[in-house]
Amino acid sequence: MRPAADGLPMTRIQEKFRELKRQNLKAFIPYITLGDPDLETTHQLVLGLEKSGADIIELGVPFSDPLADGPVIQRATERALRNGFSLKKGLQMVSEVRKRTALPLVLFSYYNPLFAYGLSSLAKEARSSGIDGFLITDLSVEEAPVPLGLIKETGLDAVFLAAPTSTEKRIEKIARFSSGFIYAVSRTGVTGMQESISEEVRPLLDKIRAHSNLPVAVGFGISEPGQVQEICRVADGVVVGSAIVRSIEENLGSPHLAEKVGDFTRWLKGGG
Amino acid sequence: MINLDWDQLPDAEGHFGPYGGKFVPETLMHPLEELEQAYLEAKSDAAFQAELDGLLREYSGRPTPLFFAQRFSDHLRGAKIYLKREDLNHTGAHKINNCLGQGLLAKRMGKKRVIAETGAGQHGVATATVCALLNLACEIYMGEEDMRRQELNVFRMQLLGAKVHGVSSGSRTLKDAINEAIRDWVTNVRHTYYLLGSVLSSHPYPVMVRDFQSIIGRETREQILTKEGRLPDVLLACVGGGSNSIGLSYSFLKDAKVAMVGVEAGGRGKALGEHAARFDGGKPGILQGTYSYVLQTEEGQIANTHSISAGLDYASVGPEHAYLHDLGRIQYTAVDDGQALEAFHSLSRLEGIIPALESAHAVAEAMRLAPRLGRDRIIVINLSGRGDKDVQTVSQLVSAR
Repeated sequence: MRPAADGLPMTRIQEKFRELKRQNLKAFIPYITLGDPDLETTHQLVLGLEKSGADIIELGVPFSDPLADGPVIQRATERALRNGFSLKKGLQMVSEVRKRTALPLVLFSYYNPLFAYGLSSLAKEARSSGIDGFLITDLSVEEAPVPLGLIKETGLDAVFLAAPTSTEKRIEKIARFSSGFIYAVSRTGVTGMQESISEEVRPLLDKIRAHSNLPVAVGFGISEPGQVQEICRVADGVVVGSAIVRSIEENLGSPHLAEKVGDFTRWLKGGG
Repeated sequence: MINLDWDQLPDAEGHFGPYGGKFVPETLMHPLEELEQAYLEAKSDAAFQAELDGLLREYSGRPTPLFFAQRFSDHLRGAKIYLKREDLNHTGAHKINNCLGQGLLAKRMGKKRVIAETGAGQHGVATATVCALLNLACEIYMGEEDMRRQELNVFRMQLLGAKVHGVSSGSRTLKDAINEAIRDWVTNVRHTYYLLGSVLSSHPYPVMVRDFQSIIGRETREQILTKEGRLPDVLLACVGGGSNSIGLSYSFLKDAKVAMVGVEAGGRGKALGEHAARFDGGKPGILQGTYSYVLQTEEGQIANTHSISAGLDYASVGPEHAYLHDLGRIQYTAVDDGQALEAFHSLSRLEGIIPALESAHAVAEAMRLAPRLGRDRIIVINLSGRGDKDVQTVSQLVSAR
C-alpha cells in the first residue's frame, strides 16, 4: 500500500478514489441493507454489484428505529431483522465475500447497534473481516471524538455527512473529522427516491470544497440514470440507496435476484 | 449526599454526566443550534416570560392546587398525602405547561407549522390547543395502537383543528410516533417547529422541557411551606419520558432531606417487551437523539414495550433521569398494570378524583409507601393528568373480568 499524506497506509477507499481520479471517472456507490432478505443474498449482491460497475458499496446495518430512512429502506430493515440478522453474522459474511472481491466496503449504521456491540472490539473485527470505513448516521461531530478515535486507530476510514443545513463552521469540523470521502446529503429529508435533483447540491459542494480536498459523494433521492449523470458532473461520486433496495424488493423470491439487481444497477450507471 | 451544582447541568453540549447530548442526523444539527439560541434568548427576555406567565395563569388556570387527600391518607393509615393537581390544568394534564412555552417560542422563531408526537394523546391535545390559540398549523403523529386506546383524544385533537397522522410501523406506539415526527422534521425543518412533549431527544429539548415544567415544583414548594411550614419528605411521580417527574423534582434537588421516587410502568411481566421499566431491565444506549437507559436486545435493537398506560409505554427515558438514577438522587421503582388499576379505582372512590392511568402509577406507589411511614410524614404525588381519557379502557377491562 502507498502511504497517504498523513503517513498512514492508504485505505481501499482512498486508493479507489485516487485511481478513479487518474482515469477521470466518478465513484458509483450503491447502498444495500445487510441481511436483506438474508446474508447469503447480500453476499451474492456484493459480487453482482461489483460486476455491474459499483466502485464502493455501502452496507447498511439494520436497526429497529431507522429514523433517517424512508419507507423503502425501513422495509428492508424489517426484512433483515425478521430473518434473524446479527452484526456478528454480518461480519462473517463480509469476511467470506472479502475473499472474492477487493471492492471498498463501508459499514453504514445508526449508532446504537454498534455501541451495543462495543465499538472498540467492533472496529477491530470489522477491519479484520474486510470493512474499510464506518458511516454512523446519527453520530454528530459533537459526539464523535471518542468513537472516532476508536475507529481511526484501527485504520478504518470515518465518513461523515454534510447537509444543506450545515453551517460553514459545521462543515469545517465535518471535513476535519472525515477520511476517505465526505457524504453530501442532497436535500433535507429522509432517504428515498425523488424526481429531480435538489438545487441545494451545488452550493453545498462549494461549501464543502472550500474546507476539504477529500472526495465528495452525493446521496439521498437519486434514482435515475439522468440524475446519476447530473451528480457525476459536479461531485466525485454518487450514492444510490432506495432505488437499488427497491429493485431488491421487487425481485424478492426470484432465483435471479442478484442478476436482476445487477441489470438495474447497470442501467442506473448508464451502461445499458 | 451528592454535592453537585445542579444549576450547572447540563454542560454546553447538553450532557448530564455521561448522558444526553445530540445524536441526530446532520441535517437537524444546525436547526437544534438555532433552537437552543432562540430558547436562551427567550429565557432571559422578560417580555417572553411575562407572556408565558400570563397564559399559564389566565388560560391554563395556574397555579394548580396542592390538595390534602384526607380520606386517601386515612385509608392508608400512614403519611399525609398531598396531590399536586396538574390534572386541573386546561386540557387535563401537565403537558400544557410545556406546550405554551414552546408554542410561544415557535411563534417567536417565525415558524408557521408545528408538529408533535403523542402517546396517550395528552401532549397531542395540549399541542393542538396551543396551536389553535396561537394560530399555528398543527400536525400530530400518533401510533395506531395508541389511537385505538385513546380514541377520545384523537377526536379532541381533530376538533381543535389538528391533523392526526396514524403511525403503523413498529409497535405502533410512542416510539414509532417519534420516529415519524423526526422524519417529518428532517424534511420540513426550515419552516416547521417540532414541539417535543417530554424531557427526551437531543439537546436543548431535555433542558427546555424541564424548565417549562419546573413551575410544578416551584408552586409545590411555596404551597407546602404555606400549608405545613416545611418541605415534604417524599415526592412521587410517574416516569414515561419523565417531564412531570422532573417538573416536580427540579426545585427540590438541592434539598437533601426531600426523597424522590420515579415510578415506571411495570406492565404485565418482567420479560423484555412486557414492561417499560428502563431502570429495571434497560442499559445505556442511543435512541432518538439522546444517550440514556434504553430497553433493548443484546444486539442493540430497541425492544417493544408494554404498559396499560400509553403515556408510559416507551423504551427510553430522559437523560437527566438517567443521571439522577446513577447518582441515586431519585429512586426509581415500577408499578404493574394491576396495581395501577387498583390505584385508579381507589383514588376515584376515596377522593372523587379520577387519575390518568399514568398518574395512577404514582398513586399506586403511594399506597405501598404511605403505610410504612409515620403519620407525621408528608408525601406529595404529582397527579399529572386526569383519567377521563382512560375511562373507556378501564370500563373494557372491568367488563372483561
